[in-house]
Amino acid sequence: MTRKLNLRIWRGDATNGALQDVIVEANEGEVVLDVIHRVQATQMGDLAVRWNCKAGKCGSCSMEINGKPRLACMTQVASYGDDETITVTPLRAFPVIKDLVTDVSFNYRKAMEIPAYEHPKELAPGDARMEQIDVERSQEFRKCIECFLCQDTCHVIRDHEENKKSFAGPRFFIRIAELDMHPLDTLKNRKRTAQEEHGLGMCNITKCCTEVCPEHIKITDNAIIPMKERVVDIKYDPARMFAGLLKREKRN
Amino acid sequence: MTNMERHSYDVLIIGAGGAGLRAAVEAREAGLRVAIICKSLFGKAHTVMAEGGAAASMGNVNDKDSWMVHFRDTMRGGKFLNHYRMAELHAKESPDRIWELETWGALFDRTKEGKISQRNFGGHEYPRLAHVGDRTGLELIRTMQQRIVALQQKDGRETGDMESHLKVFAELTITDILKENGKISGAYGYWRESGDEVLFEAPAVVIATGGVGKTFKITSNSWEGTGDGHALALKAGANLVDMEFLQFHPTGMVWPPSVRGILVTESVRGEGGVLTNNLGERFMFKYIPDVFKNIYADNEAEADRWYLDQDNNRRPPELLPRDEVARAINTEVKSGRGTEHGGVFLDVSKRIPADVIKKRLPSMWHQFYELAGVDITKEAMEVGPTCHYVMGGVEVEPDNAAAVGVPGLFAAGEVAGGMHGSNRLGGNSLSDLLVFGRRAGMGAVEYVKNNGANPVSDASIKTAAARIEAPFSREGGENSYSLHAELQEVTHNLVGIIRTGAEIEEAIKKIADIRKRSANVSVSGGRKFNPGFHLAFDLDNMLLVAESTAKSALRREESRGGHTRDDFPGMDSTWRKVNNISSFDGKQVNVKAQPLPPMPKELFDLFDIHELEKYLTPEEIAKGGSN
Repeated sequence: MTRKLNLRIWRGDATNGALQDVIVEANEGEVVLDVIHRVQATQMGDLAVRWNCKAGKCGSCSMEINGKPRLACMTQVASYGDDETITVTPLRAFPVIKDLVTDVSFNYRKAMEIPAYEHPKELAPGDARMEQIDVERSQEFRKCIECFLCQDTCHVIRDHEENKKSFAGPRFFIRIAELDMHPLDTLKNRKRTAQEEHGLGMCNITKCCTEVCPEHIKITDNAIIPMKERVVDIKYDPARMFAGLLKREKRN
Repeated sequence: MTNMERHSYDVLIIGAGGAGLRAAVEAREAGLRVAIICKSLFGKAHTVMAEGGAAASMGNVNDKDSWMVHFRDTMRGGKFLNHYRMAELHAKESPDRIWELETWGALFDRTKEGKISQRNFGGHEYPRLAHVGDRTGLELIRTMQQRIVALQQKDGRETGDMESHLKVFAELTITDILKENGKISGAYGYWRESGDEVLFEAPAVVIATGGVGKTFKITSNSWEGTGDGHALALKAGANLVDMEFLQFHPTGMVWPPSVRGILVTESVRGEGGVLTNNLGERFMFKYIPDVFKNIYADNEAEADRWYLDQDNNRRPPELLPRDEVARAINTEVKSGRGTEHGGVFLDVSKRIPADVIKKRLPSMWHQFYELAGVDITKEAMEVGPTCHYVMGGVEVEPDNAAAVGVPGLFAAGEVAGGMHGSNRLGGNSLSDLLVFGRRAGMGAVEYVKNNGANPVSDASIKTAAARIEAPFSREGGENSYSLHAELQEVTHNLVGIIRTGAEIEEAIKKIADIRKRSANVSVSGGRKFNPGFHLAFDLDNMLLVAESTAKSALRREESRGGHTRDDFPGMDSTWRKVNNISSFDGKQVNVKAQPLPPMPKELFDLFDIHELEKYLTPEEIAKGGSN
């Protein structure tokens, strides 16, 4: 069940690049990353591609396949037509380093801007008690494998480099939501800083991020929308405004 | 070295998996300046692949559990070749390490009382594995990654620069560990992105690079598992202990090729999965060793009844220890009773209703459905052994993880040897990397306190730089991808799961030949993010590791845990008394025997004497502990 596949690969670097056509063998059951590896081993020894676990668990082999943000290790060659050319290009939202590898350092900088978890000072190690149902809300977001496909597809930054400074992106909205819903975290005002410092308000809930998430995390419905709703409540609740309680708001 | 960068730190940590990150946290919290080297992006280390959990005798589910029981299970699992002190420290400290993660924000699954839930696993007497569904490793990595960020934020508040005292160097490969005057002085490497060279000056280096799986053809390890730390340590003058012991997990996927080697969790068999050959025969009944005859069923009817009544029936033989099941599958396939793709069938569909399978084994259902197009609620999986974990590793002092013989060098996690003896229990890896990652950090802190900076000489830089530049100066030489594939064939066929003296000797010759040819590897393209160039260095490491494994395997004339000799099928208590110690003389790996330290009386007395008689020599039994 070996067949010849037309693979079109973007090759180049920050200065210039172009799509190159190659013909490569594809065996039954193979994923796009397999054929990229075959090209690398037999035709283009210096073809740059990131990957690690090859099982959809580490989020390294993110790229765009026929224009869609995907993990190459989880994309079956057979899901495309027999005569269809498969085109692989680097993530569009991030600067190209070489070939299919992009500079994703934006995400690591944003990670450093989100205030860390704060454990209750009086609670000694081993003394925490939490209900399963309460940890599950945050656990959904902690499934994130940091493939950054949600960041790549998000139109706020995909073609708007200028927004990157003030917008953390879906991956970090779920990080904030995770901490906000964490049963023990003591840091206050997470939702408000999401709005004021991390650009939550720029999201207009088109749900593109949820669609591309390989972990099927309901980014928009379970993280972004609940936070937006609460931010609105906090900001425009006249009683709260009157009482000046804004800064004490932590969770509902 | 035209573009050489130069950095100076107190502690350099090579590897950003669980052990490396835990060591980094420890060293930074003690006030030192720390650099973390990451071969991939930050947070992608192989630790994320761990599914089952982290073993720690917290006693949340069964309060009879204690460090003593955990210690016993670990020694038994390792067939008493473990370094007793490592197994002791590990069993005593792992509960604290798990609870500590919770104070950093980790969210483990809970018991009804709201404590951390613990699950059963092979070889553990009580439910002991703290877990988060089947993604426990990811939780560990994320928690520590976020702890690193928390420490950086604290530094940022104090110094105005978040990376002033703790910095992650992502996508950087270390090619040499440097020494001056017999002590560690730093390390040399290159940025994977640009190919530019980097010098790190640091009096203490912690190696936490994980495993060696990529030396083998079929493995559950990612591309990073190339034994870098094992080889760097050897070349720096450290020893490797017992490199013959590799854990082949019995059930890896074998088809389609894209997923060959990826793990199929032990829970599939725990939930009632049955192994059959191409004749439809449930073959495991043929492979029950005598020592297990009283606890494993010898007929299908009883094995099936066990799932409903565990008190009055013996366990199904599919649940024998990992090494036994792996060997049985291997024999079936070699005898021509395997599947078309060289595995056997593992089937849960006939025993469990589809909705129950999806509920109990959600990630397995997804893994097979999305990657293999197999619906495990309707059809059988094809599985076979896959190289999963190396028990052997750098010889260390148990208490501070210091590499024996190299002042300033430390090693923790999978790259360190001794803790697991000849076979690791599931769940003991995540706890190992927390316990000994922290201890390596402490060891480095103590060392730096007593030993100041040790400047790197120009001569050392020149030598290290020349090595990196060499593959580009050759033309028309060997292709590193083909040499890697060749090495994998040799290890798979000749030093794999079942070994014989003659085959190992052949492997040693072939590995030497590949090594000779690898000196002539040339690289196409430039320095910028060039995987062919990267592989040339990884290959070098894998060749040294494979040589060490083959030579150790040849010496050990017995079968124990992750080392099976067809020509020496029995376990031999005189071999239990020694470790195989590999060292490197600059040309080749040499292996010699070294006696294991005997257990002190207080640990000796934790065991039933009749159990010890199966493993220890009569003289050792008569002595009853070392003190």
